[in-house]
Amino acid sequence: MTVSAPAEAVATSGLTKHYGPIVALDGLDLSVPAGVVFGLLGPNGAGKTTTIRLLTGLARPTAGRATVAGIAVGVDGAGLRRRIGWLDQDPRFYGWMRGRELLELVGRLHGMDGSDLRRRVGETLGLVGLAAAAERRIGGYSGGMRQRLGIGQAVVHRPDVLILDEPVSSLDPEGRRDLLALVADLRGASTVLFSTHVLADVERICDRVGILDHGRLVTEGPLAALLDAYALPVYRLDPEPGQTAAVERLVAALRGAPWVVEVTAEPGGGLRVAVADPAAAAREILGLVVGAGVALAAYERARPTLEDVFLRLVGRRTGEAAA
Amino acid sequence: MSGFAVLVRKELLEASRTLRLQVVAGLFTIVGIGSPLLARYTPELVEALAGDIGIPIPTPTATDAVDQLLKNLAQFGGLAAILLAMGSVATEKERGTAALILTKPVERAAFLGAKLATLAATLGLATALATAGGWLYTAILFEPPSAAGYAALGVLAWLSLVAYAAVTFLASTLTRSALAAAAVGFGALVGLGIASAFPTIGEYLPPGLNAPARALALGEGADPLVPVVATIVLVALCGLAAWASFRRQEL
Repeated sequence: MTVSAPAEAVATSGLTKHYGPIVALDGLDLSVPAGVVFGLLGPNGAGKTTTIRLLTGLARPTAGRATVAGIAVGVDGAGLRRRIGWLDQDPRFYGWMRGRELLELVGRLHGMDGSDLRRRVGETLGLVGLAAAAERRIGGYSGGMRQRLGIGQAVVHRPDVLILDEPVSSLDPEGRRDLLALVADLRGASTVLFSTHVLADVERICDRVGILDHGRLVTEGPLAALLDAYALPVYRLDPEPGQTAAVERLVAALRGAPWVVEVTAEPGGGLRVAVADPAAAAREILGLVVGAGVALAAYERARPTLEDVFLRLVGRRTGEAAA
Repeated sequence: MSGFAVLVRKELLEASRTLRLQVVAGLFTIVGIGSPLLARYTPELVEALAGDIGIPIPTPTATDAVDQLLKNLAQFGGLAAILLAMGSVATEKERGTAALILTKPVERAAFLGAKLATLAATLGLATALATAGGWLYTAILFEPPSAAGYAALGVLAWLSLVAYAAVTFLASTLTRSALAAAAVGFGALVGLGIASAFPTIGEYLPPGLNAPARALALGEGADPLVPVVATIVLVALCGLAAWASFRRQEL
C-alpha cells in the first residue's frame, strides 16, 4: 500500500505532558513541514526529549494530540512506527549482537527479508561508515560507532520521518561533523526532526528551528526569518588586556546609551553589544570607547547568530542552558 | 502478533550467544545424570562414612532415582527458571533496548510473547536433557524404567518450571529491577512449596505436579489433569497480567 506524504510531517496540538507535579510539556503546538531538517532547540529540561518520547509513542500525553507522517500518535501504533526512525540521545543496543545483525533485525521487524534486506543493510552500513565493522560485536564499538549504528537502525527502512534526540551530544568534534553531514544528506529523502541544545549544530544543518523553553514553544520558523525577526544588530568590542577600570567605565557608558539593548561580557574579555538602532550605534559607539579611555584590539559589527536569538527569547546563554 | 517470529529468533540467538542456553542445558544434564548416581551411591557413601556404627540403609532402587531427579529438578531447575526470567523484561527496560525494539512496528504482546516462549523453550530443552540423562543412568544403574513414564515426568516437571519462570517474568515486567523480580520468583518457589503441603489446595499448585510425575515415571497410574490445567491457567494469568501492565507502561 502506498501512502502519500502529508504536507505536515509532524503536527501537534496542545500537546501536554505532566510527570506528577512537573509540567514537562505545556500545550505544544508545532508544525514541521515535510522534507525539511527541523531543529528543536532548547536548554536541558525544556521539553525536547519529552516531545520526542510522545511523538514516538514511548510516552502518553496528558492532553493534546499529535500526528506524525499523517498518522495520529496513539491510535495506530504499528502503522506510525512503520513510518518513523528514532535515535535516542544515548542509544543502547545488544552488546552481544554484531552491527550487521542489528540492522537485519530492525529490517526484519519492518517486514524486509531476503535479497532486499541484505541489499538495504549493506547500503545502510556503507552510508553510516560501518561496513568494515559490520561483523564486530556492538559491545566493542566506540561511542561514535554506536551513534552511527543508531543512525543506521533509524534509516534502514527509509522512514518518512526521522526523529533524532541529541544525536551528536556525546561525540567528539570529528564525529559530530561527520554525523551532522550524514543527517544533512538525508534532507529530501526524509523529514528530520532533530533536538539539540547546541546552536551551532542547528545553524549548520537545519532549515527551520523551533525554540522550546519550560515546556513551551517560544518561537518557530525558518532560520533566516528568526534571525531577521529576533536577532538584534551586534557589535563586538575586544579591549586590550589590563584595562579593568576603563572597561567598567565603557560598560556603564554603553548601558546608559538609549540605542543599546544589552551588553554582555564574552569569556575572552570581549564585549558583545546588542543595539536597537544600528545607525546611532555606528555614529556613537567609538566615541564612547574613546571617552572611557579604552584601547581596542578589535572592533566589528558581528553577524547575528542563533545564539543571539536564543539569548533574547530564552534569556540564557547556551552554556548556561547546557549546564 | 506482528514481529513475534523475528523476536523469537533474536531471543534464541541471544540465549545462544550469551551461552545462557548452553549453561542451562549443561546444568540440567548434570542434574539428570547426577540424580540416579546420587540415589545409587549415597547409601554406599553413608555406610563407608558410618564405619562400624552399622546404620541400616535400604538397598537403593529405581524409585529412589525418580525421587532424586524430581527433587533436584524442583530445586536446581526452579532456581534456574528464576535466574533465566528475572532480567528478561526488567533489564531491557532498564538498559533502553526495549525502547529500541518497541519503536519499530512490533506489538508489545509479541515482545513479551517471544520472551516467554523462548524461556519455555529453553527450559523445555534443558528438562528434556535432564530427563533423558536421568532415564539413561537409571537404566544403567538400576533397571530400564518406562520411557513413556519418564517422558511424562519430563513434561510435568517442565510445566512446573515454566510456572516459576512465568511468575518471575510477571515481576520482571512490573518492575525495572531484575533483583526484585528474582525475589518475587524465589518467594513464589518457597511459598508455593509450602502451600502445596496443604491437601486441599496443593493439587492446584505447580508442586502438585510432582506426585503424578513420580507415579507416571514408575509406571503407576495417575491422572495429572487437575494440576496440569491449574498450572497452565497460572502461566496464562501471569502472561496476561504482564501484557495488561506492559501495554500501558511508558518506556
